[in-house]
Amino acid sequence: MAAIYSLYIINKSGGLIFYKDCGTKGRMDTNDSLRVASLWHSMHAISQQLSPVNGCSGIELLQADTFDLHCFQSLPGTKFFVVCEPGTPHMESLLRYVYELYTDYVLKNPFYEIEMPIRCELFDINLTQAVQSDRVALLGR
Amino acid sequence: MIGVGKMKQYSNVLDKPLSKGKQEVSLSAFAFLFSELVQYNQTQVDNIAELERRLEDAGYAVGSRVLELLCNREKGNRRETRLLGILSFVHSTVWKVLFGKVADSLEKGTEHEDEYMISEKELLVNRFISIPKDMGTFNCGAFVAGIVKGVLDNAGFPAVVTAHFVPIEGQQRPRTTILIKFADEVSISTSLYMIYLYLEKLNLSPGLPTSIHAAQVLKREARLSQ
Repeated sequence: MAAIYSLYIINKSGGLIFYKDCGTKGRMDTNDSLRVASLWHSMHAISQQLSPVNGCSGIELLQADTFDLHCFQSLPGTKFFVVCEPGTPHMESLLRYVYELYTDYVLKNPFYEIEMPIRCELFDINLTQAVQSDRVALLGR
Repeated sequence: MIGVGKMKQYSNVLDKPLSKGKQEVSLSAFAFLFSELVQYNQTQVDNIAELERRLEDAGYAVGSRVLELLCNREKGNRRETRLLGILSFVHSTVWKVLFGKVADSLEKGTEHEDEYMISEKELLVNRFISIPKDMGTFNCGAFVAGIVKGVLDNAGFPAVVTAHFVPIEGQQRPRTTILIKFADEVSISTSLYMIYLYLEKLNLSPGLPTSIHAAQVLKREARLSQ
């Protein structure tokens, strides 16, 4: 069974605003997750500059021996990325769905300050449901 | 021409029935607008009780308007005069127009005679809202409580209305209960009405002036007994 390791959301300026561990593997402490987030933000920006193609929107998928990293960038510049076991399917649709949850339960919440770390109970509840593996397969259909 | 002649012509514009209008608005648009309302009011207050009061005031204005509109549109310019009538009007008619559905339940309070509760598993205004832990029991349903208060006050049933989170067993999210506590004169006028009906049955109708006098006497007695 392909597994999701963790999920990140980073704001326009590269700060980590949300991090979630989804399994026992690939757990990271706070410092490491912050480091991954800002590293990824810079790499994403560099890849846009270095790309031989015009109008490149940055890395969407990074494949390594032990993990896949799928990234989705929304139009305002917020990046969502998920680290998972190599070859896990339906990750693009999962990221789209996470973006949808973000717009619903974070942006419509009057107590959320934009660009700040996300602490919204409803977002957590719905996200936990979404990353359950059977739910991910359903999203892919 | 097709369709011509089917349109009924009204010589007087006042005879024309009021159109029902478009029944739905975008939930997202409402959610953003409501979110802004809460955020704006948050900048104007020092404490949570004040914020609750301001949301309630905003709802009160909606409630008084909704009462006028619905009495005209749905009830042929008639207004509910009975306590249970107005409560079920709020629970079904008002709720349906505002939130697209009838409220989940309407119950009588167990501890006090003059308390009623309207409960909703997920209140529409709270759909996207997570209350931060440091705000305690604050509930944005205060806005809806204000609407209910607006309807009841303007219909002649003054009440104190508050919104509360009530945890349900086996559920992650609490439900919202709108608690309605009627003012003393409401229960007095209700019991008076029962006396009036009873007297009428016995052909002893006291007539209006007497009943007003009786209301004053009863009110005074109620105050003395406290």
